Amino acid sequence: MDREKTNLPTLFLSVFRISAFTFGGGYVIVPLMRRRFAEELKWVGDEEMLDMIAIGQSAPGPIAVNTSILLGYRLKGIPGALTALLGTALPPLIVLSLISVFYDAFRQNAVVSTMLSAMRSGVAAVIADVVWSMGGGILKTRRPFPLILMILAFLSVWLFKFPIILVLPFCGFAGFLDAWLKRRGAEAGK
Amino acid sequence: MSILLTLYLSFFQVGLFAFGGGLAALPLIREQTVIIHAWLDPNTFTDLVTIAEMTPGPIALNAATFVGMRVQGIMGAFAATLGCVTPSLIIVLVLARLYKAWRDKPGFQGILSGLRPAAVALIAFAGLSILILALFGNHGTVPEKLDYIALICFSLALFVLRKWKPSPILVIFGAGILGAGLRLLAGL
Repeated sequence: MDREKTNLPTLFLSVFRISAFTFGGGYVIVPLMRRRFAEELKWVGDEEMLDMIAIGQSAPGPIAVNTSILLGYRLKGIPGALTALLGTALPPLIVLSLISVFYDAFRQNAVVSTMLSAMRSGVAAVIADVVWSMGGGILKTRRPFPLILMILAFLSVWLFKFPIILVLPFCGFAGFLDAWLKRRGAEAGK
Repeated sequence: MSILLTLYLSFFQVGLFAFGGGLAALPLIREQTVIIHAWLDPNTFTDLVTIAEMTPGPIALNAATFVGMRVQGIMGAFAATLGCVTPSLIIVLVLARLYKAWRDKPGFQGILSGLRPAAVALIAFAGLSILILALFGNHGTVPEKLDYIALICFSLALFVLRKWKPSPILVIFGAGILGAGLRLLAGL
């Protein structure tokens, strides 16, 4: 592996370009980072890159942000982590600042306004598609626990207006208990 | 000063509790910006989701910038973005060191197995809120107010997504053009 070529400007420009030109969030950005850093630059091994993506997905926060922090840290320590973070965060900061300045003028334009309203149906369909795929994955486990947890979590926010930041730690804890009970059950069965 | 701190702390919570990527952050962003702080009305929030989906970069950061700009200008955008990435910076750096030791621990796997179904439920909740707004406008779920054009666009978009798995941006744009076109025809 060619290690001499790792440098902060290239790191910054690479993540900046990926963040600036990739639409659709983490699940699209992360594969592109893999292509750039593992295949083109060969700064990290393929397997190592996959590990970083896995950690980036299990941690909270935007997956693209997590993965680029990990990558920067792995290459250049804390300065690398901060450089990669800056490169990932700047493009949305610039683009959305411009859009929000023009948003009110935009919204008052009849054509744009009709388009934006109509696009909502498309957004709802995109989210429904994701829920369909992810929910299907959970149904396929054929275990009652995740299904019950999913229904309870939905009802608690939909009907009972439960704060989301309480629902998530609760579900994490329930998962922990479930795993612990299963392990105890397995040990008692021996 | 205090509004900047409030923005920072709100998006700190979004960054801290959004497991599973951009869409998982949506319900948290909605709770912070529409329900707790009333920075956005439901219509503007839905526009924000549409814009965030169609612009490059992580959705949570797009949302942070948009909300921050509207509440307190460019400094607000910085505060919200910074708040959103602070938990990532701390947690990911700690996790990077602990991950190898934890990866195979059943307790860690258990926590993740509880968070996954919750993430699906929360995304479904955010999606349903947007769907209701798209189909009924601001009237709640009154059957007489059902917007048939929106219903056609939604059904068609979902069908296309399931069948051919195209890019979401194309589908959102397509729904926008179809919906605007049908509305124009209906108006003639």
